[in-house]
Amino acid sequence: MNPVTDHDSTPLLSIRGLSVRLPGSGERSHAVKDISFDLRRGEILCIVGESGSGKSISANAIMGLLPDYLRPEKGEILFDGNDLLKQSEAQLLSLRGRKIGMIFQEPMSALNPTMRIGQQIAEVMETHQVGNPAERQQRVMELLNLVGLPDPETLQHVYPFRLSGGQRQRVMIAMALALEPDILIADEPTTALDVTTQAQILTLIQKIQRSMGMGVMFITHDFGVVADIADRIIVMEKGLLVEQGSAEQILDAPAHPYTRRLIAAVPHGKAEATHLADNSAPLLEVRNLMKTYVTGGMFSKGRVVHAVNNVSFTVARGETLGIVGESGSGKSSIGKCLLKLQDVDSGEIIFAGQDIVPLSQSAFRSQRHKLQMIFQDPFASLNPRHKVGRILMDGPIANGVAPAEAERRARELLALVEMEASAFDRYPNEFSGGQRQRVGIARALALDPDLLVADESVSALDVSVQAQVLNLLQDIQLRLGVAMVFITHDLRVAAKICHKVAVMHRGQLVEYGPPEQILGNPTQAYTQSLIDAMPGKEWDRRRALTAGAAC
Amino acid sequence: MKDFTRRFMKNKGAVAGLLIFALVVAVAICAPLLYDMSPWMMVAEPLLTPFQDPQYPLGTDMLGRDIGAGMAYGAQVSLIISLVSTAVAVVVGVTIGAIAGYHGGWVDDLLMRITEFFQTIPQLAMAVVLVAIFTPSLYSIVGAIALVSWPPVARLVRSEFLTLRQREFVQAAVVIGLRPSRIIFTQILPNAMSSIIITASLMVATAILTESALSFLGLGDRNMMSWGFMIGAARTMLREAAWMSILPGLAILLTVLAINLIGEGLSDALNPQLRNRGEK
Repeated sequence: MNPVTDHDSTPLLSIRGLSVRLPGSGERSHAVKDISFDLRRGEILCIVGESGSGKSISANAIMGLLPDYLRPEKGEILFDGNDLLKQSEAQLLSLRGRKIGMIFQEPMSALNPTMRIGQQIAEVMETHQVGNPAERQQRVMELLNLVGLPDPETLQHVYPFRLSGGQRQRVMIAMALALEPDILIADEPTTALDVTTQAQILTLIQKIQRSMGMGVMFITHDFGVVADIADRIIVMEKGLLVEQGSAEQILDAPAHPYTRRLIAAVPHGKAEATHLADNSAPLLEVRNLMKTYVTGGMFSKGRVVHAVNNVSFTVARGETLGIVGESGSGKSSIGKCLLKLQDVDSGEIIFAGQDIVPLSQSAFRSQRHKLQMIFQDPFASLNPRHKVGRILMDGPIANGVAPAEAERRARELLALVEMEASAFDRYPNEFSGGQRQRVGIARALALDPDLLVADESVSALDVSVQAQVLNLLQDIQLRLGVAMVFITHDLRVAAKICHKVAVMHRGQLVEYGPPEQILGNPTQAYTQSLIDAMPGKEWDRRRALTAGAAC
Repeated sequence: MKDFTRRFMKNKGAVAGLLIFALVVAVAICAPLLYDMSPWMMVAEPLLTPFQDPQYPLGTDMLGRDIGAGMAYGAQVSLIISLVSTAVAVVVGVTIGAIAGYHGGWVDDLLMRITEFFQTIPQLAMAVVLVAIFTPSLYSIVGAIALVSWPPVARLVRSEFLTLRQREFVQAAVVIGLRPSRIIFTQILPNAMSSIIITASLMVATAILTESALSFLGLGDRNMMSWGFMIGAARTMLREAAWMSILPGLAILLTVLAINLIGEGLSDALNPQLRNRGEK
């Protein structure tokens, strides 16, 4: 019906002047305002922006999945000559899955836990009345093969809980591809995954896209990922489309200052931190730490997991040790053991000359102020019912500081973590993730600790906010001389701020040394695979930044 | 707090419930002013139908006692017993649930086995037995109702504590060196409060029903007129004078309904994120 013959120049999907209004009288009147872009056949279009920039809203508007209080105000989304915004729910139903497929961020919750995965994939086809049961069965096997899942014959009868996050994401991709849609929308599909898994999924999406010639709309906040897969890039800031162009154009010569800022924030995976003179006795010495989890009940044979297997390391005063590993490598268990939030099976944790493993909880309580923790999730780590001031003062008061003194200190700390003084009397829900994480850091510093344990403290944050928080941590460490154990899955982050890096794999410490050695000259194959999986490693950012600054 | 009031007021059912409940409370408080004589006094001809005699608009029973007075004093009994027994049950349930959920391990096992022991016995049967053993009085009735109704609270609080215990802000409180008792009272309990309040409001309704059932079976306090007793006394004359059973029955129905509506409203207002469930 479309007379144009040149495939590549006809947009598959075209968004014209789309605006979605936000309800109420917030800071912003629109979730997205007047954005226009095209998605062409056979390209990967990356939409980049921080959280709250409206990138997911745009994707959901295409799928007709906006919540009721968000209604597109004006604009059109043209697909196959029809405006999707004017279609009825019934018409959209027949498009979803058949013409436009979508992959979500959280593979853990996107599959129905009570249905075998083969059935879930077949259901997509059944809903759209495609084929008969035998053909669908055939297609399920093809798809499982296509997304690179091992042994499709057995795997199709498996329930989702048996699969890892990466495998589930592959199943999600298989479901999205079941009817060979023209468009695949991927909303942060790799953000919840480990780096190595992320690299595999990115390659898979790229390979399938090339072979099927789909248009892929890939939403992400990480410019490293963008550099690996994008053909064209759109940059969004606060609901506005600030820059769009080809991948080379934006990656090598970004024009908009916001794009340059995002690019500058990406940790580049080169060792950066300077060395400390190794003079003092170690503040923390961990020797042969063991932690085993036994799952299973009274009647079934328990499964034994060696979360931490014979791990030893030391941390000197003022030093930052990075513990890097994928999920399930035992890195978070180490953090919990250090703070005695978890019992240790065997081994010694010698902190300031004393083994803290045999101490009882009540005996250890008086020492807790020397060992503090910065938590992972800024939304869960602050009590929603307490004001920031109280959150900061609770610790010192519990350790015998007078309330007036604690308040003075809390206000000082707010200034130290670069928060406004008015934050003292506000509740955590009034702040963004990055600001909350600053409060979390201030709380840990309120007790003047000797050692900070930061467990994935920046992984829940956007890349640009992450860079700010990392700078803050580095700055504080220089000023206060506090030692830090920095637990992360991201080698790029560890390289940026750590003096030494320990690589964990399946509970064991496989490599240990200064970051330039780990990154530049790894001795273990596993470390090498982590380095290879770092997104955007082939893209030279300095060129982008200098070119950007020049124009 | 302002938000909470606004959300609660938006729920029409809850506001209606609140009005009915306020009316019941007002009648209970004003009972001695409205009827200066004991509800047990025979004041008029027996079996006056409602509206027959303007002085006794709700009629009289087979002994000539004023049904209006009985209803008003019955409201007192129902409210006192249900509120006090719920308060006792909540305190016991929260204490046991909090200790079990916070400490876990063998403490949890022990306390939960005790809780399950109470849950395996049918509530009403146990209440009947307890009141019968301790002779019916206000105290034994309150005690019996409290004793049969704490286990659900304990289980609820335990499960809330088990999840909140794992939350990062509670771990943060451990790390900054707060004592367990302080963590329970300042960090966990306030965050579990909304579900406790909702359950408690519904328990008040159950307690009214249990008290009525006990009085109906003749296990009420001998000195206090209650709705359940009135129905029990009138049941032999159900065919001749149905109003004698219907009026206190309606009082129970409306009060319990009102409290359930309030509970529902509280639940919506305290958990705003669940409010829109079911709506498209």
